[in-house]
Amino acid sequence: MSIRVRYFASLKESLGCDGVELSCARPLTVQQVWSQATGQISLPDNILVAVNMAYVDQAVEITDGDEVAFFPPVTGG
Amino acid sequence: MIIKLSVEAFDPFDEVKRFQEQQAGLAGAIGATSIFIGTMRDFNDGDSVVSMSLEYYPGMTERQLEMIVTEAIERWAVLNVLVVHRVGDISPGDPIVLVVVETSHRGDAFDACRFIMEALKSKAPFWKKEQLASQTSRWVENNSKGYAP
Repeated sequence: MSIRVRYFASLKESLGCDGVELSCARPLTVQQVWSQATGQISLPDNILVAVNMAYVDQAVEITDGDEVAFFPPVTGG
Repeated sequence: MIIKLSVEAFDPFDEVKRFQEQQAGLAGAIGATSIFIGTMRDFNDGDSVVSMSLEYYPGMTERQLEMIVTEAIERWAVLNVLVVHRVGDISPGDPIVLVVVETSHRGDAFDACRFIMEALKSKAPFWKKEQLASQTSRWVENNSKGYAP
């Protein structure tokens, strides 16, 4: 199973890369994706999560082929 | 509905003119056009800002903007909407965002335009990084509430 993880803006800078490909044997939670991708235990409260380009809450299950994006609060406009 | 992201500087008044020309068929139905233009300031949080770069999430940004405009169209009696947003490197005085809402009556135009701007500010994935006069740079961490602090 393959999951594409992407980071944006200040998170991309602090992690030093724009993302990573994860492979795993079974579906993961958002928290598990974050931990496996970054090596950090818990997802910071202010970080937003999108799966396949739609906002999700952390209860969603991540499956094969999903794109999971982590990013800080948005500041457009 | 027209939604555009632009890496080039844009003239909001040219955009409005072109938008109105493209839909001459609506001319008799439109009684109100609400226009919001957001431009880049040369100051923020007490510091001089010399330039800014705007990052976005290709694909998701456009999709979020479409969802926001669709919600506005469902909530108010909107005839048409144009949203233009800059990305990339921006200088003070440059327009960053343009929202144009055409309706039959002014209340819907004002309300839908405000709604689109506020939703864009809180949901559309854009991120600003400021280059300061002090030769340092910083990410803008949160959008303001929309009034002078």
